[in-house]
Amino acid sequence: MRLSPKLISRLAPWLLTGFLLVCWQAVCEGFEIKPFLFPAPSLVFKTGIEMFEPIMTHAFHTFFTTLVGFAVAVAVGAVLGALLGSSPVIYKALYPMLVGFNSVPKVAFVPVLVVWFGIGTIPAIITAFLISFFPVVVNVATGLATLEPELEDVLRSLGASRLDILRKVGLPRAMPYFFASLKVAVTLAFVGSVISETVASNLGIGYLMMSASSSMNMPLVFAGLIVIGAMGVVMYELFAWLERRLTKWANRGQNAAI
Amino acid sequence: MSTFVEFENVSLRYDDAGPKAIEDISFKVEEGAFISVVGPSGCGKSTLMKLVSGLKEPSDGYVYVNGRQVGGPLGIVGMAFQAANLLPWRTTLDNVMLPLEIVEPWRSARKARRAEYEEMARAQLARVGLAGFEDKFPWELSGGMQQRASICRALIHKPRLLMLDEPFGALDAFTREELWCMLRDLWQQQPFTVILVTHDLREAVFLADTVYVMSKRPGRILVQREIDLPRPRDLDVTYTDAFASHVHVLREAIGRVRES
Ligand SMILES: Nc1ncnc2c1ncn2[C@@H]1O[C@H](COP(=O)(O)OP(=O)(O)O)[C@@H](O)[C@H]1O
Ligand SMILES: [Mg+2]
Repeated sequence: MRLSPKLISRLAPWLLTGFLLVCWQAVCEGFEIKPFLFPAPSLVFKTGIEMFEPIMTHAFHTFFTTLVGFAVAVAVGAVLGALLGSSPVIYKALYPMLVGFNSVPKVAFVPVLVVWFGIGTIPAIITAFLISFFPVVVNVATGLATLEPELEDVLRSLGASRLDILRKVGLPRAMPYFFASLKVAVTLAFVGSVISETVASNLGIGYLMMSASSSMNMPLVFAGLIVIGAMGVVMYELFAWLERRLTKWANRGQNAAI
Repeated sequence: MSTFVEFENVSLRYDDAGPKAIEDISFKVEEGAFISVVGPSGCGKSTLMKLVSGLKEPSDGYVYVNGRQVGGPLGIVGMAFQAANLLPWRTTLDNVMLPLEIVEPWRSARKARRAEYEEMARAQLARVGLAGFEDKFPWELSGGMQQRASICRALIHKPRLLMLDEPFGALDAFTREELWCMLRDLWQQQPFTVILVTHDLREAVFLADTVYVMSKRPGRILVQREIDLPRPRDLDVTYTDAFASHVHVLREAIGRVRES
């Protein structure tokens, strides 16, 4: 039987994952590594089944926290990006500040947020927001700022206002950039919420892993890691799919004037 | 016939302190005429277009369109460039209808008269040989077809002035000659004034009533030549001696510009 290239590329990620799991298992067994240092995947899996309910409760909480922070990030990011992309002055004024802000590790904000809002979900939502809005801003601004001067001339000579140009050309053009940023932003949002939960929460996967590691329950820590990773992949794929659906034109005509 | 576009000693600097892009340009275009502007690259041809369409104000002198001094975009001009610049997320039909969503009085009535606008756009596309391609996206059209659609977009709001900035520059020779004929026919069916900027002297002579030759920067008008070939002109005319001598005279003028 011969596999078509399409089927191979579909199977490839699963095959690689399976291969790495096998290697991992082999290393743990071969070197007899202690489970409280580096548990084998079979043990992680077993723990995952045993602890299914608490893991799901915490995972759902993290998921919810992440999505709220991400939603705020998308809204704020799109508006800020639209402002930056449509006005060179605003761009010049705000961009250095945004870059500076983005360079600060977000974990440094968590203690401040705890002082302001107490321990729990709100700092996690805010951290998820803070870490994930930047790529949205940059992408929307780039999409808007790279309009062909001749197209702009055509529209302006017809008497189009800046708002007309933004609505008819700027925003549709920025859409592929926007959707491309969503899939990156949603994975970052997971990073943000889990960081905050680890430091300052008593709910969520981050908290679960923290408390598991303090009781040397390594298999549970790894189960938590895998659940976060899985949620990230699922959300990334969801937004990648949305991107392909909604901005087909951007992936089709490479020679068309975009 | 009345004068439709008039330049009176127009100069323009892009920077207040910088050099002039064009200098002391004066000419008149009659309503319904077809004129062409040729000149070396960078001599200010596109700048001329921006002045007519109100995208730029002259630093000195006056630009009049339709008897009034130009003070901003007018909505009575249509423009097309070397790149078709169609919007890739719109079908050909929707691309052509774009100006109707912007220019008054079309804009206000666009909801109520949507069906009528669509008919207009279909008719316009049919006139340039694009019937059947209305629902295709720009990337599904060849370069020549995209340029046809772009010219439809420039004409859909029934402008009184069509401005073309090297519109056929990126096309192969055969497609280019087809589009000359298309443009000639459009212009003969429906009265409007045309200003065509081009590098191609044969194109200028075949299509225009008057050809202007511009100098290197700062751009000035050096030669004005009336093309008295009888209309309607057929592609065969490009092989006649009269045609060749027009092209020859213009080529010499351009040669002098290059050397100076
Ligand atoms: N937006 C601009 N800012 C500054 N200088 C410009 C601008 N556009 C054109 N120029 C200058 O004006 C001159 C004429 O340009 P242009 O009208 O585009 O020439 P052409 O269309 O004949 O090639 C050129 O020297 C060019 O460098
Ligand atoms: Mg030019």
